[in-house]
Amino acid sequence: METLTYERSGGTPVARRAHVGVVASGDLELLLEPADTGLRVRVATTAGGYGETWRAVFDRFFAREPIAASIEINDFGATPAVVALRLEQALEAAR
Amino acid sequence: MTIEPSFAEASARERARAILDAGTFRELLDPFARVASPHLAAQGLVAQSDDGVVVARGALAGVDAVAIATEGRFLGGSIGEVGGAKIAGALELAARDLRAGRAFRPVLLIDSGGIRVQEANLALLALAEIHDAILACERYAPVVALIGGRVGAYGGMAIATALCRTIAMSEGARYGLNGPEVVEEEAGIAELDSRDRPRIWRISGGRARVAQGVAQMLVEDTHAACRAAVLAAFGDVEARV
Repeated sequence: METLTYERSGGTPVARRAHVGVVASGDLELLLEPADTGLRVRVATTAGGYGETWRAVFDRFFAREPIAASIEINDFGATPAVVALRLEQALEAAR
Repeated sequence: MTIEPSFAEASARERARAILDAGTFRELLDPFARVASPHLAAQGLVAQSDDGVVVARGALAGVDAVAIATEGRFLGGSIGEVGGAKIAGALELAARDLRAGRAFRPVLLIDSGGIRVQEANLALLALAEIHDAILACERYAPVVALIGGRVGAYGGMAIATALCRTIAMSEGARYGLNGPEVVEEEAGIAELDSRDRPRIWRISGGRARVAQGVAQMLVEDTHAACRAAVLAAFGDVEARV
């Protein structure tokens, strides 16, 4: 198991918290909570050694959606596409 | 044409919401309470923030109720120390209300392989507490179990199911003390080939278990049918849509 963190400054606060997904094979659980400023993501994953891939997914997603929030991800081997979809789903639920 | 949502494909949270009266769902110790298992990380496993158990207060046909649902996709719906304590605690509170003469309806929405082996004796103890609490409720009023998921009800959660007054199952659900792979491992492939899916469902599937009299109600795999079955088990009839 590996724990990763990702941070960005600025961003627009999300309206409310949201919970999506499940810690199941090829999937992840995501908890999104409002923050006054900045973005902080914490990832716990069973698949170690993919730090650069996570960073690339977050860079691309949050460049398009600059939010201020606190995000916690519990991952069980979700692919980058699934990660992006879960982020999108959580953001939609938090609007 | 609209396709009715499948109960088996729904998450534990969606199942609890679908069973309770519309607008009454109120979750206790939700994911943001972060009451997760403290034992999994040390074993290289990622914990889920609700430990795979959803406890929701609400109403059933206007009567106070608690819907308890296990998430079959997280570690096979296994019961660990924390998730087990959530279930046992909810049922103990239900028993307290019933003992005091209040009307209360506990419902178990089961999709679980039984104890979580990673949590060993703590999980076994939690299951003993669940069994005890179901019996405490059953002295005063029915507890209803609905097996409507892809995993089914096995091991300690099969025992919990057996202690309930009424057991409802969907056709795709399974119910048995030992799972097919355990039976094959212990008794040999001549006893049961765990890859022989038709045979497994002929023995432990919903239709078979109702025909055997082991379960009482066979329900269609839709939210509406599952809710109607739970209400009927408590003696209420809701007009089918």
